[in-house]
Amino acid sequence: MPPSPHSDAPAYAPRNYLNAPETGLRSWLTTRDHKRIGVMFLVAVTVFFAVGGIFALLIRIKLLTPQPAMMSALTYNRLFTLHGVVMIFLFMIPAIPSGFGNFLLPLMLGAKDVAFPRLNLLSFYVYLAGAAVALFGMIHGGADTGWTFYTPYSTSTTTDVVPILLGAFILGFSSILTGLNFIVTTHTLRAPGMGWMKMPLFVWSIYATSIIQILATPVLGMTLLLVAVEHAFGWGIFDPARGGDPVLFQHFFWFYSHPAVYIMVLPAMAVISEVVCTFAHKNIFGYKAVAYSSLGIAFVGFFTWGHHLFTSGQSAFDAGIFGILSMFVAIFTAIKVFNWTATLYRGSISVKAPFVYFVGFLFFLVFGGMTGVALATVSLDVDWHDTYFVVAHFHFIMVGGVIMAFLAALHYWFPKITGRTYPEGWALVAAVMVILGFNFTFIPQFLLGNMGMPRRYYAYPERFQALNVASTAGASVLGLGLLIALVYLLVSLRYGPVAGPNPWHSRGFEWNTPSPPPPENYEETPVITRGPHEYDDEPAALPPAAAHEPEHAS
Amino acid sequence: MQASPLAHHFESLDKQAHAARLAMWIFLATEVLLFTALFAAYSVYRFLYPEGFVQSSRAIETWIGFVNTLVLVTSSFTVATGYGHASRGDGKRTALFFGLSVLLALVFLGFKAVEYTHHFQEGQLPGPYYRFEGVKAPGAPLFFALYFLITGLHAFHVVVGMTVLIVVGVLAFRGRYTVAYHVPVENAALYWHLVDLIWIFVFPLIYLI
Amino acid sequence: MNELMQRLLFLPEQASEHARAVDHLHYFVILTTLVASAGVFGTLIWFVVRYRRRAEGEPTPRVAPRAVHEVLFVGVPLALFLLWFAIGFPMFVDLQVPPKDAMDVYVQGKQWMWKFAYPDGPSSLDVLRVPAGRPVRLLITSRDVIHSFFVPALRLKQDALPGRYTQTWFTADRPGHYEVLCAQYCGLSHSSMRAELWVMPAAEFDEWFEQQRRGLARAQDSSPLPAEPVPAGSSLVRQGERVAAEQGCLKCHTVDGSRHIGPTWLDLYRKEERLSNGKTVIADEAYLTRSMMDPGAEIVAGYQDVMPTYQGKLSPPEAAAVVEYIKSLRTSAIRAGPSQPPAYAPIPAQ
Repeated sequence: MPPSPHSDAPAYAPRNYLNAPETGLRSWLTTRDHKRIGVMFLVAVTVFFAVGGIFALLIRIKLLTPQPAMMSALTYNRLFTLHGVVMIFLFMIPAIPSGFGNFLLPLMLGAKDVAFPRLNLLSFYVYLAGAAVALFGMIHGGADTGWTFYTPYSTSTTTDVVPILLGAFILGFSSILTGLNFIVTTHTLRAPGMGWMKMPLFVWSIYATSIIQILATPVLGMTLLLVAVEHAFGWGIFDPARGGDPVLFQHFFWFYSHPAVYIMVLPAMAVISEVVCTFAHKNIFGYKAVAYSSLGIAFVGFFTWGHHLFTSGQSAFDAGIFGILSMFVAIFTAIKVFNWTATLYRGSISVKAPFVYFVGFLFFLVFGGMTGVALATVSLDVDWHDTYFVVAHFHFIMVGGVIMAFLAALHYWFPKITGRTYPEGWALVAAVMVILGFNFTFIPQFLLGNMGMPRRYYAYPERFQALNVASTAGASVLGLGLLIALVYLLVSLRYGPVAGPNPWHSRGFEWNTPSPPPPENYEETPVITRGPHEYDDEPAALPPAAAHEPEHAS
Repeated sequence: MQASPLAHHFESLDKQAHAARLAMWIFLATEVLLFTALFAAYSVYRFLYPEGFVQSSRAIETWIGFVNTLVLVTSSFTVATGYGHASRGDGKRTALFFGLSVLLALVFLGFKAVEYTHHFQEGQLPGPYYRFEGVKAPGAPLFFALYFLITGLHAFHVVVGMTVLIVVGVLAFRGRYTVAYHVPVENAALYWHLVDLIWIFVFPLIYLI
Repeated sequence: MNELMQRLLFLPEQASEHARAVDHLHYFVILTTLVASAGVFGTLIWFVVRYRRRAEGEPTPRVAPRAVHEVLFVGVPLALFLLWFAIGFPMFVDLQVPPKDAMDVYVQGKQWMWKFAYPDGPSSLDVLRVPAGRPVRLLITSRDVIHSFFVPALRLKQDALPGRYTQTWFTADRPGHYEVLCAQYCGLSHSSMRAELWVMPAAEFDEWFEQQRRGLARAQDSSPLPAEPVPAGSSLVRQGERVAAEQGCLKCHTVDGSRHIGPTWLDLYRKEERLSNGKTVIADEAYLTRSMMDPGAEIVAGYQDVMPTYQGKLSPPEAAAVVEYIKSLRTSAIRAGPSQPPAYAPIPAQ
C-alpha cells in the first residue's frame, strides 16, 4: 500500500533513503545522498557533544571546591580549553547546518539533492579529518590556552597547541564547503514557482549562515595557522619582543569568532521559525521581517568584533563604534523574537516537546541577548569582561538558545528522518529537566560574575563557593535531562510507533514526502504555488504546496 | 560519444554549469579572504614600522619580482587562450596552452627558489633565524616573516593551480569537454587568474612601496 | 534601594564614585531586561493559553503585520539599547581620561604576581597602597603574556600587555582592603595571581610614602606567594649581568660611572634624563626597556643615535634581567643630574 499524505493512517515508507539504493556500511560511507550525509553528521556531532559535555561536568565538579583539588591546575586548564574547542568547532558550528541543513534543504526546496553531492560527502570527511587531528592533540594532553588561543601565551606554552590549531583549521574547510554548497543549492535548485519570497524561513537563515561561513572562516583559518607557525617556528607575528602585536591576534581572531556565534545562532533561529509555524498551525507573522533580519544579522555581525576588546587598550573611539554597532545587531534578533511571539496570536497552539523547547529558547534568547547588549554598553563590560557574567551570557545563547533549538529540531524532524515517533511524555519530562537544570546552572553564574569571579579560575576565593555549588547542581539536572532524551530517542529509533508522512500536520514543504523520504526525495519536481506554512484554509483541502504528488507505481 | 555529464538532480546542463560557475566564484572569494588576513597583518605592521618595512623592501631584489610578474601575467594569457579553445571544442589546443601555463608557472617557481636562496644567504629569514644586518630600523624581522608567509602561501596556490591545470588539461586532451559543457575548463582558468591576481597585489605591496 | 539591589545582584562593595555610577546603570539595565523578558514571556504564555489548539486541523487566519508593528519592533528596542549606550559609554570615556593631578603607579603583571612601583618611591609585590580620596593613575604592563588587572570593588579592569603600557585610573572613596584579581587567562597559576589594594587615609599614606623614600630603595610588603616560580632578585641580576656582557652592551655602557659611548649604567635607574628633543624622562623600567627595543626613539641629549635595536635578540625575560641588573647598580651617591656625554668625539653612525 503506497503511503499517501492524504490518509490518516501512519505508514512507514517501505522504500526510503535508509534502505535504498543499498544498505551496508560501504554504501553509507560512499553515499551521495544528502539525507544520509546529514544523518552521519548528526551522529558525529552528538558524539562530540557528549565529549564536550563530559568535559563540562568535570569542570563543574572541580568547581565544587574553591581549593586546588581533584586534578592539577594543568589538567583543569586543558579541560576548559578542550570543552570550548570541542563544543564550538566540533558541535555548535556544524550541528544544525551540516546535520539538519543537509537533510532538509533539498526537501524544503523541492530538489533532489544539494548542488554538489560529492562535495557534500567530502565536507563530512574533512570534518572527520579535522576531528581526528584535534583528537590526536587532545590525547597528547591538549592545549591549555583556552579556546581563544590568546597570544603570547598560546605561542609560548609548552602544551600541544599545534594539533588543536590544525584540527580547527581543517574543520574550517568543512564549514566552508558546506556553506558553499548551500548557497549554490539555494540559488539554483529551487523548485519551479518558488521565488525567494516563497522559500521556507529555515532556508533563509541557513543561507545567511552560509554567507558568514564562507566569508569569515578563511580569516580564522589563516589566524590559527599564524599562531601555529609562531608556536612551532617562532616567526614573531604576534610576539612583542620581535615587534609583533599580541592584540592584533585578538582582532583577527574575533573578526571570525564573532560572526561565528551567528553561524551558531542563525541555524537555531532557522529551526525555531519552522517549529513556531507548525505548532501554532499558523503563518509567520512577518515573513519579510524574519527573512531579511537573518541577512541583517549576517551583515552587521561582521562589524562588531571589537566588543571583545574593550579592556585591551583600544581607543575610546573604537570602543564607541563597536559598541553602537553591537546594539544594532541585537535589533535584528529582537525583530525575530517579536515576530515569533506575534505568530502565536490567533494560532492553534499544540504544546508538544518541540514547542516546549521553543518556549525555553525564547526566554533564554531574550534574557541572554539583552545581557549581551548590556555588555556592549562598554562601561559595564569593564567590570564584567572575563568574569562568569560573560560565561553565563554566552551559555544562555549557546545552550539556552542553540541547544534548545537543536533539541526542538531533533524532536520535530525525528518522524521525518526516522519514520517513527518518540514518547511525548518522556520528552516533556526531559524538556522540563533541561530547562530547569539550565536555569540553575547559569543564573548563579551571572551572579558570580557580578561578585567578580574571573573566568578560567582553577581555584577561587571562598566567598564564591555557594553559587558554584548551585551551578554544579543545576548542571547535573541538565545533564540528566539530556541523557534521558538521548535514551528515549535511541529507543524510539527501533521501537517507536510509526509516524506517517506528516504527524504534525505541518504545511512545511518537507512534510510532503513520505517518512522516511525516498532517496530521490521527489520523483517529479513539485511546482510551488503558495508559500510555506499557510494554514488559513479548510482542513480537507489538498496540501497547497505541491501540485504533483509523488506517485508510486503499485 | 561520451556520456552526458548532466547530474540527476539538475534539470539541465545549463543550470548545472551555472551552479558550477557560481560555486567557483564563491570559492575564489574564500581564497581572497585567506590572503586578506595576511595583507591586513602586513598593512598593520607597515603602519607601525614604516622605516623598517621600506628599508627591508629595498633590500630584496625587485627585478626578480618584476620578472615573475611578467611570467605570471603571460601564463594567465595562455590560460585564457586555452579556455577560448575549449569553448570552441578544441580540447587538444586547450591542453597545449594549459601546458604552456604550467611551464611558465615552473619558471615562476624557479625564480622564487633563486630568490629564497638569496634570502637564506643574506640572513633575511623570519623570526629567530633573522641575521640580516642591512636594516637599522626595527620591524625588519616582521617584514621577512610576513614576506615568507605571503609568498609561501602564494607559491602553494601556484602549485595547486598547476595541478588543476594539468588534470583539466589532460582531460581536455582526451576530449572530455565539449562546446556544450566545458565548465571545468572555465573554473580551472578562473582559479589560475585568481592566483595571478593575488600576485598582482603582492608585487607592489612587497617589492615596490 | 542601592543596598537592596546590591544584595540581590550579589555585587561587592562600591569603593568609588565610578563603581556607584556603574552599579546604577547596572540596576537600570537589569530591571529593564527583566521587564522586557517578562513582557515577552508573559505575552507568550497568554497566547499559548488563549490560543491553544482545540481541534486538530482547524484553520487559522492569515495574520499579516502592518508597518506600525515592525516599526515598533525595531524602534522600541533600539531606543532602549541606545539609551543604555548613551548612559554607559560616557562612563567608559571617563575612565580613559585621568585627571591631571593623578598620582602615577606602575603596575607590572608577570606570571604569576603583580608588582607595583611608584615613581620616586618604593616598589612592592602584591600590595598596592593608595591614598583615599585622591585620583590614582595606573600604568600597566606585562613582563610576559597578557594579564588583566581587575578590582571588582572599583568595577575596574585593564589588560596588561607585554611590550606596551595601558592606563586606567580611579579614586577610591574611603580606606579599605580590596581584592585584585588577574582576569586574563595567563597559564598555570592564573587563579592564584592575586593582589591586594590597600586604600589608606591620605595622611597615613603620605607618611608611609615618605618613610619608604627615606628608607630602603625597595620595600617588600608581603612575602612572595608560595607557588612563585620567579627566581630571587640576586640571580636575576647576575643573569642580567651575563646577558649584558654577551650582547655587547658593556662595549658602550660602563658600570662604574665613567663616560663612554652610551650613558653609564651606574645610578641610571630612576635618574632624570634630558632627551635630545628637550623633554625630560625618568629612566624607569619602561624607558630602559624601550631603549633596548627602539633606541632611536628617545635619546639622551648629547649622545649619538648609534645604538642598534635588540628586538629579536633579547627575549622578554632577558630584557627584564638586564633592567634588574641596571637597577642593582646603585650607589649611595646623590644623583647628580642627567648623564653627561663623553668628552671625546663620538664614533659617527654608519
